[in-house]
Amino acid sequence: MSGKIDLHALLAESGVSEVLDELDRELIGLVPVKTRIREIAALLVVDKARAELGVEGEKPSLHMCFTGNPGTGKTTVAMRMATLLHRLGYIRRGHLVAVTRDDLVGQYIGHTAPKTKEVLKRAMGGVLFIDEAYYLYRPENERDYGQEAIEILLQVMENQREDLVVIFAGYKNRMDTFFQSNPGLASRVAHHIDFPDYSVAELQAIAGIMVDGLGLKLSDAARETVGEYLRLRREQPHFANARSVRNAIDRARLRQARRLVQAGSVDADMLVTLEPEDFRASRVFAAADGPDGPKEAVC
Amino acid sequence: MKITQGTFSFLPDLTDAQIGKQIEYALEQGWAVSLEYTDDPHPRNTMWEMWGLPMFDLKDPAGALMELKECRKVHADAYIKLNAFDSTRGFETMRMSFIVHRPKEEARYRLEREEGPGRTIHYKLQRAWS
Repeated sequence: MSGKIDLHALLAESGVSEVLDELDRELIGLVPVKTRIREIAALLVVDKARAELGVEGEKPSLHMCFTGNPGTGKTTVAMRMATLLHRLGYIRRGHLVAVTRDDLVGQYIGHTAPKTKEVLKRAMGGVLFIDEAYYLYRPENERDYGQEAIEILLQVMENQREDLVVIFAGYKNRMDTFFQSNPGLASRVAHHIDFPDYSVAELQAIAGIMVDGLGLKLSDAARETVGEYLRLRREQPHFANARSVRNAIDRARLRQARRLVQAGSVDADMLVTLEPEDFRASRVFAAADGPDGPKEAVC
Repeated sequence: MKITQGTFSFLPDLTDAQIGKQIEYALEQGWAVSLEYTDDPHPRNTMWEMWGLPMFDLKDPAGALMELKECRKVHADAYIKLNAFDSTRGFETMRMSFIVHRPKEEARYRLEREEGPGRTIHYKLQRAWS
């Protein structure tokens, strides 16, 4: 051996580049997230190279916290993360177990520990994704069983670091309070990744990908209408980024179906094309048009 | 006397790494792993106590090994066995079962003869308490 290790070859051979490229291709925006994932991948590859040279270091702790508004892609990225870590040989299986408070915390004394352990056992060898993790801790109720679940989590996160990776996810400010009230947890979560909100252009690109995925297409006029729709929708309450885009498209599909049935006869092109009027009928436009329009939250 | 039962009974006790490999095999086959313990390892005793529920949906042996460690801590003086249950129709039974922990001082048994009617001999395996 020449004493030199080709890191690029190592990267290619593990199939990590594919996952990273896929991430770049299929996920719009999210630049800080992608940068951090690349850093983690680089770190693990370098560690692997070191191990090949016989330098045994302790495995880095990879427990993570994903913060961001709803619909910014936390779950999607977590799923990719599981594949990535598996390819890099950090975890053995590469599956993702997604849970919320209900799956971890029991309803009466002695119910929580077996429940949490059950989930942990299922997640071993893969990634445990705890959505809306701040619900685990309820400061207003000191007898809440969430604390017990946190303690068990902590113990396993520390002692069985090589067996699983835990990812906490939730809104930024609430996660911050959650970590403040659980300093033990905060110190064991090494990577805090913030998912930024999407810009209108990014949301438009996401809509394009979603429509493609459904086997449909947007007419040029419809593309513009979607942009306009998103600009208006973003300003309204309960905007959930990519999830709102998905909902808008789902409703547009309904309206399109109704329009086609009313038209009676259709050709192949009409069947797969979403037109502006499918989006125009949305209450978002109605609310924006006049001050007398409906003011309540629009979905 | 070393008590032997189930799969691999002719081999020396498996190490934890080897137990992990066996669990991995069982999980690959889609079998559900479970743990049982007893202080009465008589060969005819099929009713061992369950250590928790069978572990369904496991993907990796680490989870089962974690339970095994816990069970060893609590029942250091008992025999512990690991079962792998196959739910496939036609089997619906244990496909693998072996002892993963034994107490420091093993249970001892002695053979007793008893004469029945017509001078028939009945044999009995009797626990020998020291």
